[in-house]
Amino acid sequence: MSAVPKIVTSRREYADSYTLERYKTTGGFDGLKKALSMTPEAVCAEVDAASLLGRGGAGFPAGRKWSMLRKSDVSYLVINGDESEPATFKDHLLVEHDPHQLVEGVIIAAFALQVTQAFIFLRGEFALGLERVQSAVNGFYAEGALGSNILGSGFSLDIVVHPGAGAYICGEETSLLESLEGKRGFPRIKPPFFPAAIGLYGEPTVVNNVETVSNLPWIVLNGGSAFAALGEGRSTGTRLFALSGKVRNPGVFEIEMVKTTFRDLIFNPSLGGGVTGSGEVKAIIPGGVSAPWFYPEQLDLPLGQDEVADAGSMLGSGSIVVMDTSTCMVKAAWRITRFFSRESCGQCTPCREGSGWLERILYRLENGQGRMEDIDLLLDLCDNIAPGLTWPPQQTTICVLGPSIPSSIHSAISRFRDEFVAHVTNGGCTHG
Amino acid sequence: MNHLTPEMRTRAEKLVALYPEPRSALIPLCHLAQEQDGYLVDDAMIEIAEIVGVTPAEVRGTATFYDMLHTDSVGRYVVGVCTNIACLLAGGDELLAHAEASLGVRAGGTSEDGLFTLEETECLADCDIAPCVQVNHRYVRTTTPEALDSLVAELRAGERGEEIPPHGTLIRVERTVGLEASKDTIAAERATARAAAAERATVEGS
Repeated sequence: MSAVPKIVTSRREYADSYTLERYKTTGGFDGLKKALSMTPEAVCAEVDAASLLGRGGAGFPAGRKWSMLRKSDVSYLVINGDESEPATFKDHLLVEHDPHQLVEGVIIAAFALQVTQAFIFLRGEFALGLERVQSAVNGFYAEGALGSNILGSGFSLDIVVHPGAGAYICGEETSLLESLEGKRGFPRIKPPFFPAAIGLYGEPTVVNNVETVSNLPWIVLNGGSAFAALGEGRSTGTRLFALSGKVRNPGVFEIEMVKTTFRDLIFNPSLGGGVTGSGEVKAIIPGGVSAPWFYPEQLDLPLGQDEVADAGSMLGSGSIVVMDTSTCMVKAAWRITRFFSRESCGQCTPCREGSGWLERILYRLENGQGRMEDIDLLLDLCDNIAPGLTWPPQQTTICVLGPSIPSSIHSAISRFRDEFVAHVTNGGCTHG
Repeated sequence: MNHLTPEMRTRAEKLVALYPEPRSALIPLCHLAQEQDGYLVDDAMIEIAEIVGVTPAEVRGTATFYDMLHTDSVGRYVVGVCTNIACLLAGGDELLAHAEASLGVRAGGTSEDGLFTLEETECLADCDIAPCVQVNHRYVRTTTPEALDSLVAELRAGERGEEIPPHGTLIRVERTVGLEASKDTIAAERATARAAAAERATVEGS
């Protein structure tokens, strides 16, 4: 593991990692200079060779997303930094600690795509991150690395840093574009499934995640094949994993894909350092709260896109929450469901009404007013939102927020039905 | 309608100029108005509507969708305590209950002196230092009741103003330049680049 490079967290050890001075003395601009000396096609080819999967949650190959836009004319690049999936905090690290790397990555992507303007959309709650990324953008302009004729290359680009205003749904890319157009964050009806066809202001647009583009300076400098040599199968390179919940050392870890298991991540002394509370794992949420849960028997699964998908869940946003055996599963499912209920945009009935109904049932179970028939009612309602309760879920709504709601409830009841029953017979939660 | 101060109005116009469509500046302008007044007052929404070319109802309709935009007054300090899953596992519920008791308000309320508004928030993306607390969207990393109490005492005493500006002030770093690449420059450059790319494609194909 020692030979694995830090691709996006190389400056993390420096207290001043966010400053232009530190950036310049640690290889800043190198990837950009190299990219500008190449043709846009060659830069795209390196990203294709890297097989870089999008790091936002869906895990779509970045190169393929780009190729949808390459033939078009006017277009925008929008960076999704609306990181709001519960327990996901990797982009937070990147925007606060290495904003220049992000901006460099954005320019490289824009050059490869030959887009005319780029926007970095950051969730409004990242006040410090917004200030640091704006400072970085200012620094790039001052260095001639942004604006007209970037570093004498004949390529011009403007980047605008855009603050969100607090809405989980804006992480959904079509909702993000609506928000960037100054509207409520209502996801758009699909198809088209990708904004590459009809994006910002109806123009072809690529939306990439903060971590995805932060990989680009390294990929351009070291070559796509060096990136692809890390990891295994479809999961290439390293990835940031955000570990939280009942672990000794919660935090963000940059790890080579597939080569580490959930068990390593949670128990390795240099990573998670073991489970707190009871010391034993009861369940883990492998990829954000939209993902079906895993249990102790899945701990030896590798942290890889397909490996996790084949086991019936998703690596999603790379956030892993550990729940120990003292955790109340009803309460956990309730809190996650309440989140979805609050953040549902309200466009689609199954999500808007379903999430609130589910939340109220879970609340009464947790607080002693539950009835035995509530348990099957929960599953029945979940089945109405995502018919068949399959994974990946069936879609009854405009976006995937609705069909993500059943994951935690279905996981909790399937595995811990006895706990739900006990909440009814004991008149509420006894977990204290 | 002149509700924004001349300085704010200038900043607003600079922001509008950054976007292909003025309406895109709607949310940034709402943040700006909150910086001036602490929250979004009606007159500010009317002026924003004028600036970006929509109706005041559209500004309100948009603003009320977002948690950070307040159409009712809030305290000088908006204290957000997260109770979502990672924070729940770290005692977020208990910390929120403590904050309610020590500030004397329920979540969603504002203290009588108008200094503090307490909010129960969804995930704030700082889950390794849980439970997560933000004041005016700045991470304060007070994970214990004691730490939260001393922070509140400091804020009451008027300390930490440097680090935590009054509610509404979000981004203290202003953009130093407008859009530099003119539409004509970009159009000319892209035409040249396209021609070069087409030539490369022909060479490769031959």
